[in-house]
Order: sequence, then C-alpha cells, then structure tokens
Amino acid sequence: MKELSVPDELTGMTRAGRDEMARQLARDELKERWSLMSLTLPGFMLVLFVLALPLAWLCWLSMFDASGALTLANYERLLKPVYLSSFLVTFQLAFCVTVACVLLGYPLAYLLSQLPERASQILMAFVLLPFWTSVLVRTYAWLVLLQRQGIINNGLLSMGVIDQPLSLVNNFFGTAVGMVHVMLPFLVLPLYDKMKNIDPLLLSAAANCGASPAQAFRQVFLRLSLPGLTSGITLVFVLCLGFYLTPALLGGGKVSMWSMKISDTISLFGNWGAASALGVTLLVVTFGLLFGLRKLFGLNGGGKR
Amino acid sequence: MQGNIAIRDVYKTYGSFKAIDHVSLDVKAGEFLTLLGPSGSGKTTLLNVLAGFIRPESGSIKVDGQEFLSLPPHKRDIGMVFQSYALFPHMSVAENVAYPLRLRKVAPAERTRRVLAALENVQMGHLAERGIHQLSGGQRQRVALARAMVFEPKIMLMDEPLSALDKNLREHMQLELKRLHQRVGMTTLYVTHDQKEALTLSHRIAVMNKGKLAQLDTPDALYERPVDRFVAGFIGESSFLNVDENSDSVCFQQRVLKLPVGTAAKAPGKRLLLVRPERLQWQPGGDGLAMNRIDAVARDVVYQGDSFHVGLLLPDGSELVARHHKGFRDVPVPTPGSAVQLWLHADDTLLVADSA
Amino acid sequence: MLKLNQSVTPTQITHGQRLWLYALVALILAFLIIPCLIVIPMSFSASQYLEFPPREWSLRWYRAYLGSSEWMAATWMTFKVALVATILSTVFGTLAAYALAQAKGGLAKLVEGLLMLPMLVPIILVAVGVFFVYSRTGLNNSITGLILAHTVLAMPFVLIAVGNGLQGFDMNQEMAARSLGASRPWAFLTVTLPQLKLSICSGALFAFIASFDEVVVALFIVGGDSSTLPRKMFANIRDQIDPTVAAVSTLMIGLSIVLLVAMQYIKKQEGAQQG
Repeated sequence: MKELSVPDELTGMTRAGRDEMARQLARDELKERWSLMSLTLPGFMLVLFVLALPLAWLCWLSMFDASGALTLANYERLLKPVYLSSFLVTFQLAFCVTVACVLLGYPLAYLLSQLPERASQILMAFVLLPFWTSVLVRTYAWLVLLQRQGIINNGLLSMGVIDQPLSLVNNFFGTAVGMVHVMLPFLVLPLYDKMKNIDPLLLSAAANCGASPAQAFRQVFLRLSLPGLTSGITLVFVLCLGFYLTPALLGGGKVSMWSMKISDTISLFGNWGAASALGVTLLVVTFGLLFGLRKLFGLNGGGKR
Repeated sequence: MQGNIAIRDVYKTYGSFKAIDHVSLDVKAGEFLTLLGPSGSGKTTLLNVLAGFIRPESGSIKVDGQEFLSLPPHKRDIGMVFQSYALFPHMSVAENVAYPLRLRKVAPAERTRRVLAALENVQMGHLAERGIHQLSGGQRQRVALARAMVFEPKIMLMDEPLSALDKNLREHMQLELKRLHQRVGMTTLYVTHDQKEALTLSHRIAVMNKGKLAQLDTPDALYERPVDRFVAGFIGESSFLNVDENSDSVCFQQRVLKLPVGTAAKAPGKRLLLVRPERLQWQPGGDGLAMNRIDAVARDVVYQGDSFHVGLLLPDGSELVARHHKGFRDVPVPTPGSAVQLWLHADDTLLVADSA
Repeated sequence: MLKLNQSVTPTQITHGQRLWLYALVALILAFLIIPCLIVIPMSFSASQYLEFPPREWSLRWYRAYLGSSEWMAATWMTFKVALVATILSTVFGTLAAYALAQAKGGLAKLVEGLLMLPMLVPIILVAVGVFFVYSRTGLNNSITGLILAHTVLAMPFVLIAVGNGLQGFDMNQEMAARSLGASRPWAFLTVTLPQLKLSICSGALFAFIASFDEVVVALFIVGGDSSTLPRKMFANIRDQIDPTVAAVSTLMIGLSIVLLVAMQYIKKQEGAQQG
C-alpha cells in the first residue's frame, strides 16, 4: 500500500495531489454548469411567481371550504347539473369547432402546399393576416356580420332569401363560427409545414405502381400528413376547451363555457373554492388531453410507413 | 515561448463509457504530434480536454510547468483550427483574423500589420476584405489557420482540419501545413483518422484505441516496429498469420522462424506474424539462410496498373496479401488456384501482440 | 394563362379536374379574410349604427377615438406595457434559450417545461392565478403587475424563436472565439448574439403582439387608473356603446399588417442568411 505522500513514478503526482486535482475539477464543472443555468433564473423566477405558485395555490385552495376544513365539497359541487351542462357545452363546442377546422383546413393546407412558391406565398397572406389580427377585433367583426341587423342578415333580406332575420349570433352557432375563424390558422399552419415536406416523388411512384390518383392520395399523402393533422387537432381541441373571449362576446350568455364559469364564479360570487375546483379540473383535463393525445397519435403516426 | 506539454493520467468518462482511459504522454516544444485513431478512440476528446472545452474527471496537464486544467479556455494561449473552420460569417476575412488581436488590445496600426502578415503566410493576403461566404473550402481553411496563428500562441490544436476538403486539395494543404510548421515551429497537436496524413505531417504519432494510448513513436518506428495488432493494422497494409510458440522457438508451417535480432523469445499473451505485402519476395534470393518460406495458394489475382494484387490462402485458413510487380521477369504472375512460395527476410519477420 | 387540361400533380390530375378544390379553397380564404377587412370600411361610416356599405363616409369615429382622453390613455398604456413586456421577455427569453440549448439533464428539462407553461395553460387560469397572487401582494392595481404578467405570457414565444435560431447556429464558432481568447460572455456577445439578431427580432415581434392584444388577464387586473386598450374595447363591444370600436379595430388591423410585413421581411432575411 503506497504512502499517500510519495509521488507516483509515472505521473509525478502524489496520490493526495491527484485526488485534490480530481475534486477541484469536479467543483469547476459544477460551477460552470450552475452559472449557465443561472441565465434562466430571471425568467424562471417570474414564471414561478406569476404562474406556477398561483396554480399550486389554487389546487390547494380547491380542497378547502369556506370555514377552512379539508373537503372534497368543491369538487362534489361540480357534479351539479349547472356545472355538468357547462362541461357538456364546452366539449360539444370544442368538438364541433375541431371537426369544422379539419374539414376546412385540410383542403386549404393541401392546396397551399401543392401550389408553386409565389402563388402559395400570396395565398398564405390570407391565413397569416387573421393569425396576426387580434382575436378581439375578429370576434367583433363576427358580431357585426352575424347580428340581426348585421351584414349577412341584411344581405339575405334584401335578396329576398329570407323574410325574418336569422338568429346567427348570441348562440352556439355564432360562437362556433367565431371560434372556427380563430382556430383555423392553428390547424392550417403546422399542417401546411408537414405537407410541404411530403416528397411528390412518392406520389409519382404510387402512380407508377398502378394506383389511381385517389388511391395514391389516400394511401400515400393522407397517411404521411397524419402526424401534422393529429398534432393540429390536439392543439385546436385543447385551445377550445379553455377559450374565453369569443364565447363571452358571441355567446350572448347562452353558451356557458367552462372558462366563463370560472370567471363568473370569481368576479360575481367571489367563491374561490368553487372557482379553483373548476380551474383545477380544467387544468387536469387540458394536460391529460395534451399528453394522452400525444401518446396516442405519437404511437400511430410516428413509426408507421 | 516553449510549449512543452506534459499530459498525465487523464481520465474522462461519459457514464460507463471510458472516453480517455488514463492517458499520459509528453509533447516536446516545437513538435508536430498527431493523435491518430478510429472514431471513438478518444483523440478528439483529448484535444478538447487540452483546449478546455471538456473537463476530465482526473489527471493533470502541465504546459511549461503550469497546470492547464485549472485555466478556462480563453486563458490557455492556444490556437485552434476546427474541422468546420468555425469562421465568423458576420465578419470579413481580415476582421476574423483581427479578432484575437482585438481581444489582446493590440493597437490598430500594429493589428493591421500583423493581420496582413498572417494572411500572407497562408497566401490569402489579396482576399482580406472578402466575406466568408465568398470563399472556397480551401480558402476558408487558410483563413482559419491565419486566425489561429496571428497571435502567436504557444500551442496549436487542429481537429481534422482537412477532412472536409477533396483529395487533391487535401494533399496540397498537407504539404503547405508541413512547410508552415517548419517555418513557424510552434508545438502542434493534430487529430486525424487518416494514417497517410499522419505519416506525412508528423514528427511523432500517438496511436489511440478505445481511449488508451496504444503506441507513441516516430512514423517509421510505428510502421517498422508496431507494438500490437491494432497499431500494425492501422498503419499501412498488413496480413496477420498464426504462429506456434514453443518453449525455445517460434514455428511457422512446421519450420522454425528466423527472427530479427532482439526479438523477445517469450512474450505474455499470443503473438502473430505481421507481414507487409511489399516485403514479401517471390524468390529466395542470395541470402537464402536468412529467409523464411511461406507456402500458400493464390486465390485472386487483380490487375492494378503498376502491379498485381495477389490474395492468397494458407493451409490453416489465414489470408495473405502480396504484390507482384510486372518487373519480376523471373517469376511469372501466379494463376488463381496455383501453389505459390513466398519468402520473407528475417529482418522483415515481425511478431506483434494480438490485441483484443 | 391557366390551361384547364394541363396536368399539375405527380398523379397527373389536371386543373379542370380540380376546379371544385379551387372553388372550395376560395370560399375558405374568403371566410378567413372577410372578417378581418369588413370592419375597415364600416369604421368610416357617418351614422351612429354600423352599416355596410356606409351610406355616408366620415372620419367622426376616428376623431372620437383620438379626441377621447380615455381611449388615448388606454392606448398609451397598452403601448407602454407592450414595450416593456417585450423588452423584458426578449432579454430573459433569449438568455434562457441560450442556456437551455447548451444544458443537458433533468434540471434543464424542468426549467424548460416551466418556462413554456404559460403557453399550455388556458388563459383564463393564468388570469385567475395572477389575480389571486396579485390581490395578496398588492400588485392588483399596478402597471408593474400587468407588465410582469405579460412578460410571462410572451416569453414562450421568444424561447421558441430564439431556440430555433440557435439550432441552426454552429456552436463551434463560440468555441473558436473562446480559444482565441474571448471569455464565454464576450464570445456570446460578439459572435453568437449578432447572428441571432433575426431570431431575436421575430421573437420580439411575437411578444409585442401577444402583449398588445392581450385581453383576458387585463380584464382581471387593472393597470393603474386606466385599463388597456383591448380591455376597453371588450367593454365597449359587450355593452354595445358606439362604433368607435370599429375605428380602433381598423387601426389595430393596420398594426397587425405592419407586424406581419415585418415578420415576412425577417423571414426573407433569414432565408438569405442561410443561403
């Protein structure tokens, strides 16, 4: 057993010296890593203070009632019809809007991705302008369009198509239309990106193998665009669940979305227990859907060829 | 300015993978030393440890007596050339080369002079105002060189700088690098996986395998006296044949092998007979007593222009490669399937350890 | 010009066979663009009620907007908040993106997840959470509170934009700079940052519009004496006050167009840079 203070012939370092060196290296490595991560500190602290802690606090709150006792009453209350119908409406709306976006968005993304560069850039402006325009402005425009004395009703009346103005807004329909308008770019843009990357040679190859254009489209293009489509669907659905602005303005109070219930429960009733329970439920469903759908579609769209 | 490097017992792991497994070596001041090895051998990792971008778990690197490992990269006074050149695209050629001088607060007039001198050194003086994207690969490499040398660092580190160039340009640049080093003479550590490049450029070569140093020697020592199968196989063409080792002699095809003076009679572990194709002779020649005979059967005979590549099979199943030059009038080119006798001089009969 | 029997797809479909697709897409594009543009001509209507097309043209609603101290205060406040929030989120986001691009391991993933959280959480929950915390820390009636909230909402955009820019950046350049004698911060400032300019700008544009258009959080938090522009618009729309909102909307559409054009310009520069 060599003495710790005797230098090693090969390396000229003592065993103690070597260990000290190793410790110093480990310390330097740690210091470097921490100073790099500290760059994220301002952002991290902000998000912690503004978002993460409040949400955690809300979760905590939801489990206590007005007197301060631990309880599940807040969650039990969610089973009442008024809340259940709100869940139902929210899901119905999200579902309808998502389906509409797929039906409208897929052909749009398809054509945009197949057109030559100049044409698709010009047409893309029609998708980008709504995307960059404030949701408030767009929702206002729909209000103006769909009102009883709105543009669409006036136009239809003057053309004699109808005698009475249609009730196009302040209901489920109007809200859905407004939301489709907001959500469509969220589906089209990522889908367009994915579609652009599909190699046209694959379609030619399918045609060479004897497939009809419809078959080639179904078996090659559609399959390959599926990952983009599923991630778009996930995004749109989840966004619809938590959406506040458009239903608040176009729903006329008749479309009682989850988010509006949360807002009302606080601003009108000051009932933090109920509101936080609603909020936690929304959060859980949102994240559950995000991760669940990602796993589901990830398994399907990922490796298959 | 000296530039002696003493690398001692450097150890670096990534999880359970040993990237550098207790490597020690000395680089003399002014020497051109190449780290040669396949990918994953640890040569690039070692270079990056020297540069300061990777920190080892333990070990020591002393440059002129000063411990390097406690210095951050920008205090180590090294010049580094990357495989991707890593030039700054938002600066011109001259601005790129001036960058290290600006950092060292060199006065503008002096700076311009040195930048121009450095560019002239690599024949790029006339392109000083160009943008980087306007340069070809070879030109970019030269700018990278000039930038790394302009502040006269103690040590140059080069990480496969020529591998992105095409063959002709690469060979041309190899010679230029060699001349440059002869002119300027700073300690250079060069990483490559190309053994021809290593042989061309280096004073000494450190062959690395799986994180360990296999052999550190001059090019001809590595070629003539490789220490094991890996080094022998990595440098130059070679065939390995089985031998029978008894208590007092080494036998091949039931004949006692005549070995070079100084070959160890016994060695730990299995040894193999290393045969370089160009050393095989087709006739015993005058010095018959010093020749070893090899019996084999010719399998493929391939015309290569200046010679024939002959692949042979031995009775025990091992393969042998030989070359037949068209000048061998006395011995005709063997036909596939025919029995062949080849001769190996004792001095060319090398035994190497069979490495895993 | 357009030959109807020219085949245009890899599977030999002609223009003629695809006319139905062109018609459908034209309708969809109309659906998308009309609401954005319809408000513009209506804002020039002279009457008290919204009408299309306007019977009389007038600038009265613009004058109402520019002349109203309330509207102007709200506009000014929104710009202030958006500007500061953009600066803060761009700086913090860029630093964070840089650190996250180089760090590996569990901690980095956790930090990244947290910084992206504002994008995943429904905005109503962000608003409620912020309201809750602010009411306990007295930030509920302050412009600082609003700025901090908007910064948090905008940071994910900057992270994504700068993160993408860093992916296309050769880190060897920074290592080269360090080997030449630059300390790590100096190498970042002189080599990496100049090349990230475009990504940072696009992140900043996203951050600005995110803050400027933000309504829901602004509904819950009052930023001092006046509310933000979107909040005032929301109240006006809901309470059906007057078409001043149309004029403000038109101006906001103008802002969107400016930002969109700026974004396209940046994209083009980026394309050229990589070429």
